[in-house]
Amino acid sequence: MSDLRALYQEVILDHSKRPRNFRALQDSNRHAEGYNPLCGDRITLYVKLDEDRIADIGFQGSGCAISTASASLLTETLKGKTTTEAEELFGKFHDLVTGKANGDASLGKLAVFSGVSEFPVRVKCATLAWHTLKSALEGGEKPVTTE
Amino acid sequence: MSVTAQHVAGISRPRFALDVEHVREDFPILTQRIHGKPLVYLDNAATTQKPRAVIEAEQRFYLRDNSNIHRGVHELSDRATNAYEEARDKVRRFLNAQESREIIFVRGTTEAINLVAQTLGRARTGAGDEILISAMEHHSNIVPWQILCEEKGARLRVAPINDRGELILEEFLKLLGPRTRLVSVVHISNVLGTINPVKAIVEAAHRLGIPVLVDGAQAAPHQRVDVQDLDCDFYAFSGHKIYGPTGVGVLYGKAKLLEAMPPYQGGGDMISSVTFEKTTYNTLPYKFEAGTPNVAGVVGLGAAIDYISEIGLERIAAYEVELLADATEKLSRVPGLRIIGTAREKAAVISFVMDGLHPHDVGTVLDQEGIAVRTGHHCAQPLMDRFKVPATTRASFALYNTRQEVDALVEGLNKVREVLG
Repeated sequence: MSDLRALYQEVILDHSKRPRNFRALQDSNRHAEGYNPLCGDRITLYVKLDEDRIADIGFQGSGCAISTASASLLTETLKGKTTTEAEELFGKFHDLVTGKANGDASLGKLAVFSGVSEFPVRVKCATLAWHTLKSALEGGEKPVTTE
Repeated sequence: MSVTAQHVAGISRPRFALDVEHVREDFPILTQRIHGKPLVYLDNAATTQKPRAVIEAEQRFYLRDNSNIHRGVHELSDRATNAYEEARDKVRRFLNAQESREIIFVRGTTEAINLVAQTLGRARTGAGDEILISAMEHHSNIVPWQILCEEKGARLRVAPINDRGELILEEFLKLLGPRTRLVSVVHISNVLGTINPVKAIVEAAHRLGIPVLVDGAQAAPHQRVDVQDLDCDFYAFSGHKIYGPTGVGVLYGKAKLLEAMPPYQGGGDMISSVTFEKTTYNTLPYKFEAGTPNVAGVVGLGAAIDYISEIGLERIAAYEVELLADATEKLSRVPGLRIIGTAREKAAVISFVMDGLHPHDVGTVLDQEGIAVRTGHHCAQPLMDRFKVPATTRASFALYNTRQEVDALVEGLNKVREVLG
């Protein structure tokens, strides 16, 4: 039960039920689709890049609590950040959810995903939005799949 | 609700009910604890657990009889060949096929369907022809036909289902036509549990001279299958879903059709003579069994058939129908739970969704309670689209499941609400 509480923290449940930035951006200049065949999660991520800075970001789609909350917190965290900062955060986030590192203060709210490391099959749910972001920033022509 | 007391009463009851506690002792894997809780295994539509008799049959084969089969002059080869061919005859009796040579060993249901698509399908299908399936097929009974249709310029037709998840027979009949080359339909849906009216389908197709393949992956463990009574032309099932090993399955085909079909794969054992100029193919069933087969797996499958035959398919079916009725009734009372698939004729598979909760999260919480269910699209994405759900949670039952396990599932779902809100 304690593992479950660590996985489904209040912040995660809140973001899964009331995802932030849950919208298609009308003026986005980058977007990409992500798909997790394991649970049928699908997201589309929209980014408005102002030179190297993420001026605005939103997402749409459907998924499990972990993937929806992850997408929601990703958008909240990355708004205003540079693409380099976003990439660095992805690295740290990935290490956190796979249990390779405990994460540092720069992760901010993203630290709530530390419980995922106890549930290896859910790592894909937590990282779907991040892989999709990477694809969007790189051009995003092919949908991302976690398989 | 789809399963009523009348339905339970409608089953021809065997004289002695199944003794589930006794049955459970035959399955060593079931005694373990998962995350500190007793294992409740409700993922039987994906694969069933194996009784000791099956595990020991495979072990005994490797400890004592292992050899390659056919054409060996030595004792071990003789024993291995006999064991392999005895299993073929067990399968024949299990399906009530007329002859052993109508039983082809393959890797599983998927390979059986691909075999028919690549042989009879390719030989008989041309541009503008049609293959007819239903809307509740598993990907393994969709994709092989799509590959065939793409190659031949043929068209895949899909018979619709109603909101209960039943095939709409009149729509199905309308889709049968002069261009239909083959009908391939699932006997019992792996997602909905729907039992299809296979006999009526076969009769209708045969009136137009169209052969019918039945995907029996989910039916073989749950009810007696009689291919002569169904009069289907092909019947496919997997060993691992009837308490046997993985990697072995069966294609039954009527001898007349199998004989006329070109071979599937080329190689050893499927030939009677080879020169560089001309090869003559072996007789049935060997024409379709190129290469060294899964001999130990076949022996294990034979043991699995012995095991369930000893208990009796009628007894298993009667027990599972009661379990299904109990589970359906109890799950229906869980707040916010909706069962997907409420066919009037239904096997012990229950797919459901819960308001505001994603099946993957439901599955994770249940796993922490020791309960194994499957979540996702169950290899039936078009069916998920039909019911407008991204995925479902599926509890599928077997002869060793108990009413206490149904209660554990319901308690687990209460826990799901507690954790996920």
